[in-house]
Amino acid sequence: MMNLQRLFGGRAKSAPVARERLQILLAHERGLRGQPDLLELLRAEILAVASRHVTVDPAKVVVKMDRGSPVSMLEIDIEVPDAAERCAAAS
Amino acid sequence: MAKVLVVTSGKGGVGKTTSTAALGATLAQKGEKVVVVDFDVGLRNLDLVLGAERRVVFDFINVVQGIANLSQALIRDKRLENLWLLPASQTRDKDALTEEGVNKIITELRTKFDWIICDSPAGIERGATLAMRYADEAVIVTNPEVSSVRDSDRIIGMLDSKTVKAEQGEQVKKHLLITRFDTARAARGEMLSIDDVLEILGTPLLGIIPESQDVLRASNVGAPVTLNDANSVPARAYIDAVRRLMGETVPMMVPVARKGLMDRLLGRRAA
Repeated sequence: MMNLQRLFGGRAKSAPVARERLQILLAHERGLRGQPDLLELLRAEILAVASRHVTVDPAKVVVKMDRGSPVSMLEIDIEVPDAAERCAAAS
Repeated sequence: MAKVLVVTSGKGGVGKTTSTAALGATLAQKGEKVVVVDFDVGLRNLDLVLGAERRVVFDFINVVQGIANLSQALIRDKRLENLWLLPASQTRDKDALTEEGVNKIITELRTKFDWIICDSPAGIERGATLAMRYADEAVIVTNPEVSSVRDSDRIIGMLDSKTVKAEQGEQVKKHLLITRFDTARAARGEMLSIDDVLEILGTPLLGIIPESQDVLRASNVGAPVTLNDANSVPARAYIDAVRRLMGETVPMMVPVARKGLMDRLLGRRAA
């Protein structure tokens, strides 16, 4: 059956697939364009808030975003040194 | 008043240099005074496509650095007295191209020419951003293929934000040039159609250039495709595109490649 279809109907059209993939991708990419980098902005502000209360190493603040459907996940990972390290850092 | 036109695409190999040569030559034939400027530092090729590779003495960077003046670096075409080339430097130092240097040269070229056509390198790095920096108008060269369309969209975004015109709150006038188009494949649904590309990119169409062996034939001998065989299908498409660029209303023809009976029987590709 497939062979007959190939013979007479030609292959499935690939251009509509290309068109749809592009429309979805570009809608997403255009949305990101022009804005300052959202994650970098979040990282800077979270770092500022956290360091008001605890001593944090800027390099140890990780902000990640997983875009998905139906929900996206924002993951914030801040490593806070323990008391001994804090004392060492303070002295 | 002089117009600065950038020919750009993001993606490589889509036909920027071919299009720069063809548009430049056609404008010159129509009596406009034209300079084509190669911005592809380190990988210049516009000289080769124009058949001027053995006449390059000084280049863009030499002029910026004051080693030569502009008139020493400009090469006049042997066939068209109105067409000039400013070659790119073959230096490996990409930083040799600076915003001030480009500004200085474009400003000087504006006083001497009607059209300054900047052939952008591929990519979105320094060479490409500087090629579009001072543009009044842009030709975005796109193949009907997913990666080319995506890169064109990115370049359109840059034209709308990173150019002097954009920063002054004005707009670079954008034209879409679809190249390497294969009418038969598009009709069979194997290639994005003109309407698909136009709808996705939302940019006015300047012309449709068919996939054609005439393009390779012309670059082999170092002539713009419009000069090598002015009656060929791609040449006629470029000539129509130039008329539109100059403000004429020319009906858009979807180029149909001429195919002989033997070509059909043997299933040879277009043109």
